[in-house]
Formats: sequence, C-alpha cells, structure tokens
Amino acid sequence: MDSHSWSIAATRFGYGHRPSAAPAGSPKAWLRQQIDDYDSRPVALADLPDSQLIARQFGAFRKLRNDDEDTKRTARRALRSHLRDAIGARIELAVHTSSPFAERLVHFWANHFAISTEKQGAGPLAGSFEAEVIRPHIFGRFSDMLKAVESHPAMLIYLDQAQSIGPNSRRGQAAAQRGRRRAGLNENLAREILELHTLGVRSGYTQSDVTEFAKALTGHTVPVLRRGRNTGEREGADRTYAFVGQLHEPGSKTVLGTTYREEGAREAIRILDDLAAHPATAKHIATKLARHFSTDEPAASLVNRLEETFLKTGGDLRAVTLSLIDAPEVWQTKRQKFLTPWEWSIASLRAIDTDQFEAMQARRVMINLGQDLWKPGSPAGFDDKASAWAAPEALHRRVEAAQTFGRRGSRFDARTLGPLLYDDAWSKNSATAVARAESPAQAMALMLASPEAMWR
Amino acid sequence: MIINRRNMLGGSAAVIGASMLPRVAFAAGGIGSKRLVFVLQRGAADGLGIIAPVGDPNYASLRGMLAEDYADAPLIGGLFALHPALERSAEMFASGEMMAVHAVASTYRDRSHFDGQNVLESGGTRPYERKDGWLNRLVGMLPDAQASGIAIAQNIPLALQGSHKAGSYAPSRLPDAADDYMRRVGQLYMGDERLHMLWEKSLATRAMAEGMNGSGNMRQAADVGALAARMLSGEDGARIAMIETNGWDTHNGQRQRLGRELRNLDTMIDALKSGMGDLWADTLVIVATEFGRTASINGTNGTDHGTGSATLLYGGSLGGGKVLGDWPGLRQSDLYQARDLKPTSALEDVIASTSASHFTLDPKLVRETLFPGR
Repeated sequence: MDSHSWSIAATRFGYGHRPSAAPAGSPKAWLRQQIDDYDSRPVALADLPDSQLIARQFGAFRKLRNDDEDTKRTARRALRSHLRDAIGARIELAVHTSSPFAERLVHFWANHFAISTEKQGAGPLAGSFEAEVIRPHIFGRFSDMLKAVESHPAMLIYLDQAQSIGPNSRRGQAAAQRGRRRAGLNENLAREILELHTLGVRSGYTQSDVTEFAKALTGHTVPVLRRGRNTGEREGADRTYAFVGQLHEPGSKTVLGTTYREEGAREAIRILDDLAAHPATAKHIATKLARHFSTDEPAASLVNRLEETFLKTGGDLRAVTLSLIDAPEVWQTKRQKFLTPWEWSIASLRAIDTDQFEAMQARRVMINLGQDLWKPGSPAGFDDKASAWAAPEALHRRVEAAQTFGRRGSRFDARTLGPLLYDDAWSKNSATAVARAESPAQAMALMLASPEAMWR
Repeated sequence: MIINRRNMLGGSAAVIGASMLPRVAFAAGGIGSKRLVFVLQRGAADGLGIIAPVGDPNYASLRGMLAEDYADAPLIGGLFALHPALERSAEMFASGEMMAVHAVASTYRDRSHFDGQNVLESGGTRPYERKDGWLNRLVGMLPDAQASGIAIAQNIPLALQGSHKAGSYAPSRLPDAADDYMRRVGQLYMGDERLHMLWEKSLATRAMAEGMNGSGNMRQAADVGALAARMLSGEDGARIAMIETNGWDTHNGQRQRLGRELRNLDTMIDALKSGMGDLWADTLVIVATEFGRTASINGTNGTDHGTGSATLLYGGSLGGGKVLGDWPGLRQSDLYQARDLKPTSALEDVIASTSASHFTLDPKLVRETLFPGR
C-alpha cells in the first residue's frame, strides 16, 4: 500500500483538490514542487494596497478631528474596505491556488504570529501584514520572519508597542515632568514574543526578562500614530515603522542571562536573533508545526526531527518544511485533525469548484461557523486542536453550511467526486449515503458533511 | 430472593424455536391474504427500556433515573413492564395481538450502526457480504408470482433490495426535506464514533431548544401507518412492507427521546392496525433493531451501543400476550462483555420462524433462504 497517498497529501497538507485541477503523479513530489515554485507575491494579491498607503490613509483619518461627519465616514469606510478586500483576496487565492500546501504554510505562520482585527488600527493592515512579513519568509529564515513581523505596524499596533515609552527616555522624562500617567513601558509585545512567537510558555524566562526586553524594544514604533515633529510626515518617509531614539530606554538590558549593551535600535534586533536561535524556540516551533500537520498530541519523534532540523540549519524554514514532508508520522492514515471552519470552508469551495460563490458569502459562512479571518480574539491565534472545533453545535452548523455549498455545487456528481477528492479514504459508508441521496445537491451536501471532509 | 429466570418466563427454557412461536390462525383467504410488515428501528433501540425487566433485582440500580418511568407500569409475564408510552401496544398485548421476544440479537457482535444494520438487512453473516436483503428474498418465496414488496421511504432500503419485485413509496416529502437531510447525515456519521456522538448531542440540544413536543412527528407516524395499510390492503397490494424508524440512538436524554420514539411507534402501529381493518387478522408486524444498548445508564442519562435488545411482534392472529426468550439476567457476570444484555435468541431465528409460520412455508427453507450460512 502506498503510504504517501493523495488523500493525505491533498487534505493534510493542502485544502483538498479542485475537481477541475486535481494534480497527478507523486504526492511528495507535488509538495516539494510547491516549495521550488513558490511565489511570495501572487498576482491575486497584487491589487491590495501596501502598509505604506494604508498608514498614510490612517494618518490622514486621524487628523480629521474637526471635520464634518461625512468626510470622516468616507475615510473610515475606505479604511474598512482594506480589510474586506484582503479577506476576499485571501479566500479567492486559497480556493483557486494550485499551491495549497504553500498557502497552508502562509496561514499557519500568520496564525503563529497572530494579530487580531478587533484592535483598532490593526484591521486595515491585516492583509498587508500577511503579504509583507509572512509570505516572503515561509521558506526563508525564521529569524528574518520574526524581525519583519515585530516591526510591522499591524503587530506594533496590535500588541501596544507603538505606545511603549522608556521611563528614562527623553520623552519618558518629559512626560513624567508634565505628570502624564499614560506614558511608560508597555510589556505586551515583549511578553508575547517570548511566550508565543519564540520560546513558548513556561520555557524558563522570568518577569525580569520580559521587562528588560520591553525596555530594549522601546523606540520601535509606528510613526503615523505619533503626532508632532520627526514622525515621518515628510514626503517619502516610512510611515509604518521607525526607531525613535527619544522613546528608547537608555542603559544595558539583560535578557535570559545575556547582557545587551546600550545600542539603540540594534538591541532589539540582537535579542530577536538570539531568541530565534534558542533551543526552546526550536522546540516550540517544531511542536506547533507537528501539531498542525499531524495530530493534537504529535509524536515525540516527529517533534524531535523538526527541532533538530531547525537547530542544525539555523532556523531554515525550507529545510524544516522538507523535513516535515519526509516525516513518516505525518503520513499515517488515521485522520485525527478536525478541520477548522476556515479549512473546511476553503476545502468545500474547492470541492464544488464554482465561480458562483462570492468570497464575502464564504466569509459569512466562516463567521457563522465561529472563525472570522484574522480575528482570533487572542494573540495566541486560533486554537489548533480538534477539541476546540469539534463541538456539537459547531458540527450542526457545518452540516447546515454543507447544504448551502451543496446547492451551488450540484453541477457535479458527488458519487464520482467522492473517490476523486478523498481518494482511498472515501469510505463505503459515505459512498452509500451519497449514492442514496435524493438529489445531486443533497448528494453534494452529504459529501461535504461526510467524515472524510471533516477530518484530515 | 433468587430469581429463577426460567420460571420468570413461564417455564420456557429453550432458545426460541418453532414450538414457541405464535400460532397463526389461517384466515379464510389462506396464504393469499397474508401480509407482513417489517419495522426497522435504526440506531439501536434500547430493548431494556422498551420491555423493561423491572422484576430483575439488578434492573433499578443499573438503570438509575431511566427506571423511574416504570414506577406505575403493570407487570407483564411476571418480570417485565412495557414502556408507558406504548399505550395501544399494551392494549394489544392484553388482547393477544402483541408479544415480545427478549434478549435478541443478530449474528453481528460489534457495535457499529452501519455494519449492524447491514448485517440485519442483508441477512449475511458479515457486513457487506451480500448485496440483497432478506425481506426481498422472502418476497421471492411467496407462492404468488405477482407478490411484491413496498418500502414506505424515498428509496428502497437494503432489506428490500434484490432481484424480486419491490418498490418504494413516500408522500412527496417524508418527512420534510431538512429533516430528511439531517437524518441522512445521522446515517453518515454512524461509521464515525466521534462525529456520531457530537451529532447526537447537537440534535438533542436543538430538540430541547425548540421545545419539540413531538405532535408533528406523531401525526407523521400515524400517516406512515395509514399509508402502509393502504399499500398493503389493495387488490394488487404489496404483500410485504418495510417501514424505517429513526431516533433510537439515545446516548443522552433517553427518557424524553425514547418516550417520544415509542409514542411514534405506538401511534404508527395503531394506525396500521386501523387501516388494515379485517386484514389485520392476516398481518404480522416484526419490529427489530440492529443491536441493543448498554445495561447501565451512562453519564449523560442515556445508554451506549450494546448487544441484546427486544423484538416486538404484532398481528391480529398472533396469539401473543407474552414475553418469550431465555432471560439471561442482569448480574455483572450475566452481561455480555460485562456491559450488555446477553443475547439468548437469534434475531434471524425469530424472523425466519415467524415468517415461515405466518406464510406457512417450510421453516428450514425459509431460514436457509433468508439467512444463508447461518
């Protein structure tokens, strides 16, 4: 029996097949090809505005303090449309891509470095965040992705870094003299970098490490959010990111036993590089990747393999990804991951293979199923365990949504689609249920609601 | 007090055999007017909840709150009580038009609905061994070459599929489309334990939220019974009918859910009886399920997949009014794999013997045709 079956390649590594474009040949080669052919700037996203443009609009919007309501409303709507456009483009790309494995990795890393559109200011930037700091690095170095992420305005805004001020910095001292309470250190980004982005929770760092790291991070900010002089208002200046020395806490900082001498913007970069190379980070990343692509409680052998590759190659994500593809543990036939609402909706749209379903309709389905894109409600991102999604009401809603999708996909015969999409995993039980359906639409709905479509 | 289980069953110690089967009076029309209805309870109906062995000393403790339903139920056959929702059935039991065989199971011993139903419907010894059903083969055994079978359903279920004449009929939508889809999804998840549990829970929650009182379902149940009677009683009417019932998979909230399904069943059979009129005397109804449920109540006030269940028989000339079978008892050591009612009668035997007797066919031939290899 071929253990590298298409049913696993398509669903565990991808978003399922599209009947009009199901690949052939070796599943492993298909996955490797996606790494070799990877395009970090897909045409489908070319029309989306970059963070510079959005930041400029955001800055202009913030200046509309005394303008009339109509002007403000128009500006607000323009900003909001960026999120909607980015969500639509992401859905369209995922549904139509011929590199679903690469998309899965983009989405995995975007969820690892989660931002949430609930935070004011982060929403319009969400699409640019993924395009500018996640996509270019999924097969590059982890440290490069980490540094890019932590200086993107979406992250700086989401985790309050843009407001953090060194208490002994020039601005901090000035604010203290004026008696302003709000000016001070904000530890949010430093803490989440340690807990979520790199080392992982309970990996040995202390509160002192968090505070010292937060001090080192001061000065890294979003110019457009700051008023007054020297904040990048000049034509052509970077509006999304700047290191403002006046905000930076002076003195050396000690993080995880290493003392970083006073070096301005360089301090944070050196700490991030050291964190990226830390063994705890390797273990944390390896565990999350293994959990995402195998089971909720991944085999130690799999985690070790990824961890070793990560450490040996200095966090080369291309090597780590190849290691993942070659790991026998991810090819085991038992399906134990319950698709998230996002994954299931995308897979369903690919299965029905239609242009009749608009991205915004798909988004509404996802919201109804409990997962709104880029809105995890916590910096930890969306939960990646089956237990978080496999709940009675959630399943019921998914079964109802299958009817909605099924009606649009009834130009296909689900009886022939089942074996094509799920390959050797397509069960007799499901085939029987589909064959007995009273209509093509019902057959399609049953196929999309089948266990084969729910687990990967 | 030590219960002598054999005494409790009126001295019938043998596994059910021809001698114990209902004596069917031959009506004037002879074989030609005989009718048989097979009611399949999909989802593993709880035999211990339908015909409750309230006289067994271990029953109350095993069943907890589920036993409370029988507080005022009259004893039948010394040991048992019919579920109070079976009002018309109780009347038929009293008049000899109903009986039950307890501790029954097919040859299937695992606990998958889909496989269990496949074995029960096909009459094979293993799941997916045969592609036709025993009910269809029974159609083929009837002397009348024009004999046919009819399923009150959208599609012909496996039990009635095969080379002999069979059809299906359902009013335009039975029940409505959404319910039909949901029912099919339930079937779809029977092979997936995790989804099955989630699905059952979601249905129970929804039902509770919508405050379903079952009146709509009961009207539907009566319609199905009346429809089956019409299909069976015409001049060229079908000789054998099959009715599928659902909702027996009571993993949680069993008191409410089992009560509702039994009321539906009771209503459906009462409507069938009324609809058959004089032909009721020539009618045999077999109500069976793929397997039973655990002897013990579970943590969610329900029961899980088990083994032995009860088979119900109805008919105008049944000579019923008794509970047959060899009662295995409910002590831990009496239970099958220490959890389920131990089957002491083969469902295949019950079906073959009663059918042969009803149609006056050679019992050995019926058994070999319906359940080959047994």
